[in-house]
Formats: sequence, C-alpha cells, structure tokens
Amino acid sequence: MEHSVHVQPNGHIVSFSGEIDLENSPAARTRLLEVVEYATTVFVDLTAVTYMDSSGIASLVEAYQRAKKTNVAFVLISTSPAVLRVLQMARLDKVFTIHETLEHAQHAKH
Amino acid sequence: MIPVIEVKDVVTHYGSRKILNHVNVDIQPGEIMVVMGGSGSGKSTLLRHLIGLERVSAGSIRLLDQDIGHMSHHELTRFYRKLGVAFQGGALFSSMTVGENIMLPLREHTNLDEKTMAIMVRMKLEVVNLAGFEHLMPSELSGGMLKRAAFARAVIMDPALLFCDEPSAGLDPVVSSSLDELILQLRDALNMTIVVVTHELDSAFRIADRITVLDKGEVLTIGSVDQVRASTHTRIQDLLNRRFEETILDPDEYLARLTGESI
Ligand SMILES: Nc1ncnc2c1ncn2[C@@H]1O[C@H](COP(=O)(O)OP(=O)(O)OP(=O)(O)O)[C@@H](O)[C@H]1O
Ligand SMILES: [Mg+2]
Repeated sequence: MEHSVHVQPNGHIVSFSGEIDLENSPAARTRLLEVVEYATTVFVDLTAVTYMDSSGIASLVEAYQRAKKTNVAFVLISTSPAVLRVLQMARLDKVFTIHETLEHAQHAKH
Repeated sequence: MIPVIEVKDVVTHYGSRKILNHVNVDIQPGEIMVVMGGSGSGKSTLLRHLIGLERVSAGSIRLLDQDIGHMSHHELTRFYRKLGVAFQGGALFSSMTVGENIMLPLREHTNLDEKTMAIMVRMKLEVVNLAGFEHLMPSELSGGMLKRAAFARAVIMDPALLFCDEPSAGLDPVVSSSLDELILQLRDALNMTIVVVTHELDSAFRIADRITVLDKGEVLTIGSVDQVRASTHTRIQDLLNRRFEETILDPDEYLARLTGESI
C-alpha cells in the first residue's frame, strides 16, 4: 500500500493505492484520523486500490464517524470493484458517499 | 495457474481402517469447491487434513504452494492466519462473549487497534444477521445462531482460504440461503478460495464452481454442477436423489453379523 495527502483549496485528498490489508491498514487508519482532525473536506481516493479487506473498511468507518461528529465532509472516490464489492458485502455502499472520480466529487455538494 | 490447494494421492488410516483412499483434488484460486458424499464417506477427515490438523499416511497436501506436511508447528501457526475454519458443530468458548469469541483470531494474529477490531466484529455480526448479539454468552444463543457466530469467527480475518464443514446444516431455509449468498460475496469481493462440505443439494448447486463427490474415502467424481447432475454413476444418482445405498444381502453373512459369530 502507498498513500499520500494533497491539499487543495476545496479539500484534502488522501490517496491510497495497492493492497490495504491487516498488515498496513493501521497506517491507513492513522493517516485518515489525522486528516479528519484538521480538514473540512476529505476526499479519500481509492481508485488505485486493488484489494481492501475488512480492516481497511473498518478504518474508513471509524474515520467517517469521526468526520460526521465534527462536520467534516468525508467522500470516497472509487470505481474499483475490489473496493465496491467489499463495501457492498458490509452493506456500507449506501452509507458512504461514493463518487466515480475526483472531479465528480469536487463538483458535488456535500 | 498454480492451484491454491493441491491434494495428491492422499491415503489415511485410522488404526487399520483406511479412511481416504488415493484422493486427488486441485482447487484453483477464487474457486468454491463443494465436497459431498454420504455420512462417513470421509468429508470431515479430508477437511481436517487440508488444514493440517491431521497428517496423511501417504501422499501430500499443498496449500498456497507450501507442503503442509513438512511445516513445523511454528510455521503452521503462522500459516493459520491465512485460513478460516468453521467446523461441523464449531464450538465457541463458553467463557467468552460472542463478540470476544469472534475477535479472538484478530487478537492472536494482528496488532490492530481495539476500535478497528470492534468494528470488524460488528460488521461480521451484521452479515451473519446477528447484529446486537456481541455481548451475549454462547449459552444464550440458539443452535443456528451459534453456527452463524462460528462462521463469523472463521471469516473475521478475511482469510485467503476458507474451510466450512456443513455451515448451513440445521439452519432455516432463509438463513441458510443468506449464508450461501455471503459465501459467494466473500469469494467475489475478496477472491477467497472456499471449500464447503455440505449435504444440502440446493446450497451445493447454488454456490459450487465444482463439486467433489466422495464415497467410502474415494473420489467418485469432480466436476461442475452440470457435470455432476448429469453423471450416470449410480452412487452419485443415489446421493442426488437421496437414496440410501442398496446393500446386497448375503443371508449367511447377515446372520453371522447379527449374532457376532463368523460363519
Ligand atoms: N478420530 C477418528 N478416529 C477413528 N475413526 C474416525 C475418526 N474420525 C472419523 N473416523 C472415521 O472416518 C470415517 C469418515 O469420517 P468423517 O467424519 O470424515 O465422515 P463425514 O463424511 O464427514 O461424515 P458426516 O457426513 O457424517 O459428517 C468414518 O468411518 C469414521 O468412523
Ligand atoms: Mg463430517
């Protein structure tokens, strides 16, 4: 897994790529919780994620709940079946706001 | 493609009884293999061998391209984090809550944060329709609920390989088919390779990519659902039509069997 944070005028973009699994999801979690602390809008770009297990999803869930509490917009970006299917299985595809591209996400109101 | 599970010419004895007789099975990545066969045909025995609980008398078993017969105890333990196992009558620890039971593999094998583990446990309880039962003790659950909790524990680590021994036996039809659905989703979402022992024909036909039919410790056939259904083999047809094996009765031998005396 690789990850990076970009700051843009309309929000923070946290991008992940590769596999998010039991080994590295703690790092993903730490980064997400950190960004949620100081951002007003967080775009989590999962476009390049090829595998995500339940520990990765759990990290997203925790960060999203934290964001909600502090009125931070928290948006997922992905078309990757590897991500969408796991979200679906956990019945979370209707819970998260998910956009297909960063452009879509940035133009939508949150 | 290298099979994820490779059973080669496996022979097993319990004492002097031969239980598995030259069994060969290859299972591909992301495949759902259903194992069927009459009671006592060796299904559970095969499963116990696949997960390294018992050693073969002859032949070999490779999982994820490693020979489990040659793994040390330590290697096997490390390996177990990649395997999920839901046993026939899979017992939970009675001294722990349902949630603690399901979390156990995470505690043993990972360094995940408490909060992450708790969310993972609740997600799995949701998908087996046990939401809200995490604080109950196993003794407070019904048989079918225990089975589902055991299944949740088997998949809590999202294992690469999942082994289930009759996961839906005794469940009501609705719950049973939602478990089938979950098995399919686990494969589709996580590319899990799954071996399921089952007697439920409907379930087998719904989830199987291929079916292995065992009879008296031997593989009768391995094939797609359609191939197995179309088989003209009488034992397979007996199994599919739920007919008991017809035994040819030798009166003298039968009498001897009942009286415990040899002829
Ligand atoms: N621990 C054991 N010691 C001795 N024999 C055993 C042991 N476990 C199983 N067997 C024997 O091995 C054979 C196969 O048993 P196994 O449990 O694999 O059957 P199965 O196909 O899973 O049956 P069922 O559908 O009833 O669960 C049986 O004849 C059984 O008596
Ligand atoms: Mg059995």
